Amino acid sequence: MSQNAKLQNTLQTTKPKNSFNVTLYLLIIPVLLWLVLLIVLPHLDLLVSSFKIENDDGEMVFSLANYIAFFKEEIYWLTFVKTAAYAIGVTALAFIITFPVAFYLTKVISKKNAAFFILLLLIPLWVGELVTVYGWMVLLGDHGIINHFLMAIGIVDEPINMLYTDFSMIIGLLYMSMLFMVVPVMSTLESLDDSLIEAASDLGASKWTIFRTIIIPYSMPGIVSGAIIVFMLVIGDYLAPNILGGKSSLWFTEQIYNKFLTTFNWNEGAAFGFLLLMLSSGIIWLALKFSGQKLDRVGS
Amino acid sequence: MSNILEIKNLTKQFGDFTAVEDVNFSVKDGGFFSILGSSGCGKSTLLRIIAGFEPETEGEVIIRGESMKGVPPEKRPVNIVFQHLALFPMMNVRENVAFGLKRLKLSNTEIDSRVNEMLSRVGLEGYEKKDVTALSGGQKQRVAIARSLVMKPSILLLDEPLGALDRKLREHMKVELKLLQREIGTTFIYITHDQSEALVMSDEIAVMHEGRFEQIDTPRNLYKNPKTAFVAGFVGDSNRFELSRTEGDTLITNKGWSINKKSSMAEPKVLYIRPEALIINPSEGLTDVETFGITIKTILFDGSNTKLATTVTGTTEELLISLPQNAEFDGLSEGQTLQVGVHINDLKCY
Repeated sequence: MSQNAKLQNTLQTTKPKNSFNVTLYLLIIPVLLWLVLLIVLPHLDLLVSSFKIENDDGEMVFSLANYIAFFKEEIYWLTFVKTAAYAIGVTALAFIITFPVAFYLTKVISKKNAAFFILLLLIPLWVGELVTVYGWMVLLGDHGIINHFLMAIGIVDEPINMLYTDFSMIIGLLYMSMLFMVVPVMSTLESLDDSLIEAASDLGASKWTIFRTIIIPYSMPGIVSGAIIVFMLVIGDYLAPNILGGKSSLWFTEQIYNKFLTTFNWNEGAAFGFLLLMLSSGIIWLALKFSGQKLDRVGS
Repeated sequence: MSNILEIKNLTKQFGDFTAVEDVNFSVKDGGFFSILGSSGCGKSTLLRIIAGFEPETEGEVIIRGESMKGVPPEKRPVNIVFQHLALFPMMNVRENVAFGLKRLKLSNTEIDSRVNEMLSRVGLEGYEKKDVTALSGGQKQRVAIARSLVMKPSILLLDEPLGALDRKLREHMKVELKLLQREIGTTFIYITHDQSEALVMSDEIAVMHEGRFEQIDTPRNLYKNPKTAFVAGFVGDSNRFELSRTEGDTLITNKGWSINKKSSMAEPKVLYIRPEALIINPSEGLTDVETFGITIKTILFDGSNTKLATTVTGTTEELLISLPQNAEFDGLSEGQTLQVGVHINDLKCY
């Protein structure tokens, strides 16, 4: 076969470049449909309607009134700030509670035992948030298990009011979101070579210094990605604040819910929804900036 | 020179398994001491005991005359260069080297001057701000060594730090490490399974086998006068012959080769001859040389390391002979027979 004929042959057996592109587009279509139909379009619609109010003639006109209403009414403001502060607080608590757990599961006990404990951690997810929230009601209520026990052994004479307080709300929020902190932190800790800890100790670092200068900085990508997930779940949660927090809980999602389904003011509801979206995006942006992490590194 | 490190009757057991068994040795101040052994012989465990990461089951580690019993790793005057270096990936070169000094609560100016001095000593000036993950293998090596040496340890422990490097770089770092040790005068204890690393760099080598020290000696003595069969087989290349019996001053191998050798041992079991100890076509005037005939089976060409695979004439014993690459032996070919001699001191029996 001459050189030329060989070349011809290769050209024929190689697939045309287009066929690859067609497959790629086919594979991307479901993702694109998902993004455009379920996320981008509804958000655009919400954005547009958040800038509209009904005028006296019953026509929809452009206005900033929905946003102005938010800034004028103090209760909206307070709820907004409280939701942000509590979401940050719950995220911090979730980190403080779960970091030792993640460290214990990855560095202290054997892999076999760790798998068993991780399974135990996963069980609450199997029953769904609603069921766990009702579980907490059974525990925390005035006639609940904890109060019953405390009175039985005589520590208190009358039940402590735990349910329908910020305390019970925080517990509910923590309980449903904690696991999402454990998993990413564990995956970074797993890749931490024990010899780094030994090297630091060899160079004269105390246990606390090793924790502060080696373990925490090393697991920072996992911590930040866990924190983002927990923060998003908490700030957008409705069940735990509504059921465990009761009437006084003042969670911003409840305000949105009320706008949509109690007062049927969809336009103001849309504006509130966008404010929440901007709040959570803003705080995450600040957190990434502050912790020196990059979104692509945290995401992986 | 005084002893900077003394190890007395050191034993380490993991359950039923004895990793280190009754090891005794001492290292002179400023020396380069190597522990040579195959993987799993207990040498890393021994190093970890000296560094304080593993408690000893029995015995004692004494550094500068002080017992290290119960002293945690961060309080010991030793620093370790880990097998996989264990550089802190989230810090740059400067922060890595300064890590230990910061723990000493030194002033920033002193930390800066010591870090800069150490970095220039290992040839890494200008790399202070570089990410350690962006460095080459050899540069990482130097950062790891600088990070430990900047602490001015009494002893620097090195756990096969050259293992991950490619061959060329390893050859280069071997020489560099030796020169660095000479220059700064810190005592080095070097763990390796690579005999060439140990032979080139060390003042003294301990050969370790199954948790015990077989021999502690200078590189030359270890090679010239191995005390045990294990050392003879492990250090350098050797031809090994099983002996069936001795008749007076004659050793007889399993395959019927007999060679004259005054043995100091009553019942030697094995005979070792180094390929490079054999003299091709020995001249008449040499004394104490045993000569015998061989037949060339094949020539194993490997540059300066070329060997002749031969059989001893009249027997089936196989013998490897080093072949110098000079004009004298260029004409050798397969099937040829030759006279070969060996000095009786180079016949090692155990």
